[in-house]
Amino acid sequence: MTPVIRTERLTRQYRGQRALDDVTVEFQRDTITGLLGRNGAGKSTLMKVITGQEFPSSGSVTVFGQNPLENDGVLRRMAFVKESQQYPDIKVRHAIEAASWFFPNWDADLAEQLLDEFALPRKRRIKKLSRGMHSAVGIVIGLAARAEITLFDEPYLGLDAVSRQNFYDRLLADYAEHPRTILLSTHLIDEVANLLEHVVVIDQGRIKIDAPADDLRGTAVTVVGPSRSVDSFVDGHEVWHRGGIGSLATVTIAGPIANGQRATARDLGLDLEPVSLQQLVVHAAGTEQAGAR
Amino acid sequence: MEEDVVFDEGTPLFVQIAEQLSGQIADGTLAEGERVPSSNEFAAFLRINPATAAKGINVLVDDGLLEKRRGIGMFVVRGARQQILQRRRGQFTEQFVAPMLAEAGRLGIGREELFDLIDHTQPTTQGAQRP
Repeated sequence: MTPVIRTERLTRQYRGQRALDDVTVEFQRDTITGLLGRNGAGKSTLMKVITGQEFPSSGSVTVFGQNPLENDGVLRRMAFVKESQQYPDIKVRHAIEAASWFFPNWDADLAEQLLDEFALPRKRRIKKLSRGMHSAVGIVIGLAARAEITLFDEPYLGLDAVSRQNFYDRLLADYAEHPRTILLSTHLIDEVANLLEHVVVIDQGRIKIDAPADDLRGTAVTVVGPSRSVDSFVDGHEVWHRGGIGSLATVTIAGPIANGQRATARDLGLDLEPVSLQQLVVHAAGTEQAGAR
Repeated sequence: MEEDVVFDEGTPLFVQIAEQLSGQIADGTLAEGERVPSSNEFAAFLRINPATAAKGINVLVDDGLLEKRRGIGMFVVRGARQQILQRRRGQFTEQFVAPMLAEAGRLGIGREELFDLIDHTQPTTQGAQRP
């Protein structure tokens, strides 16, 4: 494993508010990592610090072993596609052309293909594009740049489900042929869960989860059944959430659940339901864990 | 070409890939000696991370069910089907018979009735699917 991005005790403070709080994290070469968390959790700030658009209040960030701040040699190896990307008042094809000059690995054929797939009118001014088309311009640039590190920060505001699927498909296909480091920040966790090799969850500026995506599957389970049986089954487990209706209880507990326990659950007539990545993130980002602060 | 395959949230994805693959070898969808799709092809088809797909395929390589032929790809080993079927037979009691007996007990279905049910039940079409 080779980290290409590394932060060390990184803190970013805005007037007393900590957007990033003592963040030490690494992103590995040629992996797709999901950077997940609520609005205002610090995802965008982290991406901005990595791309040298903001500087740390304390701590450090290195990209390819160097400080990215005003470091052209590093910045050209990174593409950052963000939600609120501003463009000068130019036409789509000019934005694409400008990007082609900046990125050394630019693939012009791929860019043309993507423009067609997202039905982007090349001659239209970016200002006149719909919200979804505006997002698509960023996606085309982010993919065609083929940068060694590509950061997508909520890249698809206004894009419909079909276009988002197209984005995922193109991302996977191009990543498979040209492996590179990808950081993807999104709210649509269920949509991207299977694309991710690694997951980082950030909440209130702190890292809450930093684990391989496959390890997260099975970290929690929801037990459903008659209250009394559920209660006896979850006894001794760390309980994350308790709910239910009438005599029916649903309790989410920390896993993993051993095979023997599965058999016990079956004998008690209980259903064990897996907890999705989305639910895991909600849990990790929604509760202040003891000792976290 | 894509289809939306439903994955189980609770099991590591690469394990599910490995199970799907061995399922396909067991039911003959993937014949012995046949080339297996590459991890990238798998990834694109199933819409999953290519590294995850590769990890799943490697489980079968480690089990000696698939073999790499340099520069050509991955192939199903001769005897792979038999090997998988044997392993599944070993798990049949624990995975299917024991849970069935437990549920039958809960419902008060006696042995006679159970045998009768087995005699008169048609297999579901998704016979190759495992729980």
